[in-house]
Amino acid sequence: MQSMSRPPLQRRDPAPSRWAYRMQRLWLTPLFRVLFRYGLPTMIAALLVAAVLGSADRRAAIMASVDELRTEFQNRPEFRVSLVRVTGSSLELADAVRAKLGLRLPMSSFDLDMDGARAKIQSLDAVASAQVLLRSGGVLHVEITERVPAVIWRVDGELMLLDGTGHRVAGLGARVDRSDLPLIAGAGADRAADEAMTLFEAALPINVRLRGLVRIGERRWNLVLDRDQTILLPQDNPVAALERLLALDAAEDILARDILAIDLRFDQRPTLKLSTPAWAALNGIETEQTPTAESDL
Amino acid sequence: MTDLYQSQRAMRNMRHAAVQRGVVAILDIGTSKIACLILRFDGFEDRGDQDGIGPMAGQSNFRVIGAATTRSRGVRFGEIAVMNETERAIRTAVQAAQKMAAVRVDHVIAAFSGAEPRSYGLAGELHLEDSVVSEDDVSRVLAACDVPDLGPGREVLHALPVNFALDNRSGLGDPRGQIGNRLACDLHLLSVDASVVQNVLACIKRCDLELAGIANSAYVAGISSLVEDEQELGAACIDLGGGASGISIFMKKHMIYADAVRMGGDHVTSDISKGLQVPLAVAERIKTKHGGVHATGMDDREMIEMGGDSGDWEKDRRQISRTELIGIMRPRVEEILEEVRARLDVAGFSDLPSQQIVLTGGASQIPGLDGLASRILGQRVRMGRPLRVQGLPQAATGPAFSAAVGLCLFAAHPQDEWWDFEIPAERYPAKSINRAFRWFKDNW
Repeated sequence: MQSMSRPPLQRRDPAPSRWAYRMQRLWLTPLFRVLFRYGLPTMIAALLVAAVLGSADRRAAIMASVDELRTEFQNRPEFRVSLVRVTGSSLELADAVRAKLGLRLPMSSFDLDMDGARAKIQSLDAVASAQVLLRSGGVLHVEITERVPAVIWRVDGELMLLDGTGHRVAGLGARVDRSDLPLIAGAGADRAADEAMTLFEAALPINVRLRGLVRIGERRWNLVLDRDQTILLPQDNPVAALERLLALDAAEDILARDILAIDLRFDQRPTLKLSTPAWAALNGIETEQTPTAESDL
Repeated sequence: MTDLYQSQRAMRNMRHAAVQRGVVAILDIGTSKIACLILRFDGFEDRGDQDGIGPMAGQSNFRVIGAATTRSRGVRFGEIAVMNETERAIRTAVQAAQKMAAVRVDHVIAAFSGAEPRSYGLAGELHLEDSVVSEDDVSRVLAACDVPDLGPGREVLHALPVNFALDNRSGLGDPRGQIGNRLACDLHLLSVDASVVQNVLACIKRCDLELAGIANSAYVAGISSLVEDEQELGAACIDLGGGASGISIFMKKHMIYADAVRMGGDHVTSDISKGLQVPLAVAERIKTKHGGVHATGMDDREMIEMGGDSGDWEKDRRQISRTELIGIMRPRVEEILEEVRARLDVAGFSDLPSQQIVLTGGASQIPGLDGLASRILGQRVRMGRPLRVQGLPQAATGPAFSAAVGLCLFAAHPQDEWWDFEIPAERYPAKSINRAFRWFKDNW
């Protein structure tokens, strides 16, 4: 009779197959583990991305949708700039600034080039410095420091206003429009405007007679007074020379004489040029004396 | 001889590499079980002097991180008989241990008990040129030992320098740097069957592992189960295994003799199987549950169900008394112990100052064995358990694992063997550049 009980439970041989054994050993290898855990997913992801981006159409579609999203976001009302407010300047300059900026409002603040706008504004002659700020409420705030005209420069028959550093501020139609400002002339006068300013300051005692300064040879100044009197100032230290002359004038009243020019270029030896009648008168009075242009100052 | 020297040296280098890498596997290829332990070496721990624990006999620098045991297959008398089966068993053990350790091992140190180990005591002598003993002199005196004819197909498994003598001072452990004229050494050489070693080697190679050392299991069992003073004063360790019983005699911390009896616990099992007409698995179960070697009156009344699956009610319901079982087991155990006694007598164990005998191995767990052994082997018999090492699971602390644990200690602190010393210049092949280099080094 067959045994009714269960057949003896033969325990399966627990020995791993050779491949199972090798796979386990491979799996326990640290390098393999790292590669499997991180390298394989990375590679699969890279392959997927490459497959998706492989076709140019799909790339273009993705780019287009990204662009659309971006413009949609940038055109939200929160980012809209609808007003340019200019402070610290005259109305004309404010208009000039607006015209220079040339913004087509309203526009998105993402499209706004703040640095470029600032550079544009600062390229205006009348603007010393400018600050461009984006304020809440869609206001582009431009804060301007204007250049203050300090002197009029006549060059090539036209007049222009310069500030204390010699930078052009604006053109000028007629001298009488700004009769409060002193006048300079001659090529290169703008580059020496600061020196001219100190000279004008030094020449305050003869301000009523002062017509202006002429730059000679882009190197030195001539001070021109009314009655066509000219004072030739030296290249170096013209202020001191002028002050000496003014002291002489205060003592001897020399500028009131009939003199065409006073040459101060040699500081040891100022030279006077008399007008012809004065020269004749001087000769008529003192015929015996040797005529001399030299003064014994 | 140079071949063997080179291969042993290569194995030693591999062991160094494995210890450097920090992970090495221990494989005890036994007849009844194959044990695999995975050791992690993580440098010496500085424990200081806390609690008076010393350096823990030097085994505190490693830790067992994986342990697995499997039923052995294809091994008979401690030798590989069926390569495929053994390979599968080794794979099982190694895989389970790797899984437990969660680390991959590439280097393995193996021990086996069979292969008919034979011990030889060799002596060598050398007159020193300059009176100070250098390392070269040590290798020269080791090379001066005249190797006996080992017989065909034999190979050296261990060659341990046991003793050095300088002039008339003997018992030197390390003669280097000492001064004298005549250096003599005693070398203990253990030879085994070459084919068995080659089988082990091939088997381990087939498991994609590399052999980083090989040892006799009687030797390593002695390392783990003899305590320090027993190793110093002299003792014999008897490793009663499944298919072979190893004998190793230690003296002055060196193994001076090793042998193996080709009988073990499996023979007891097969006796029971034959005597009671039961399958081997049942016989093994009965032996481990009810076995013994001393019958008492109580045992007559203790009846053992044998069970069976033959379908014959009479046969399946047989019962035997424990006395009958003991009657089957005892003659075989006596035979094994008498054979061991004969081997010990041949080795001259009775001349040693200390006659301590330590029984270990799986078969030493038979209840009452110590009484029987002391009647046959001598009065001073004790049961040995392996040293405790860090991280060893509780299941692997029994006497059956003394060889495996001893192999751990062997891996961590191998004794200097002959191949740990450089070949003396005279033994190099004639054209070797090394020889020229050595000649310069010796003469300039």
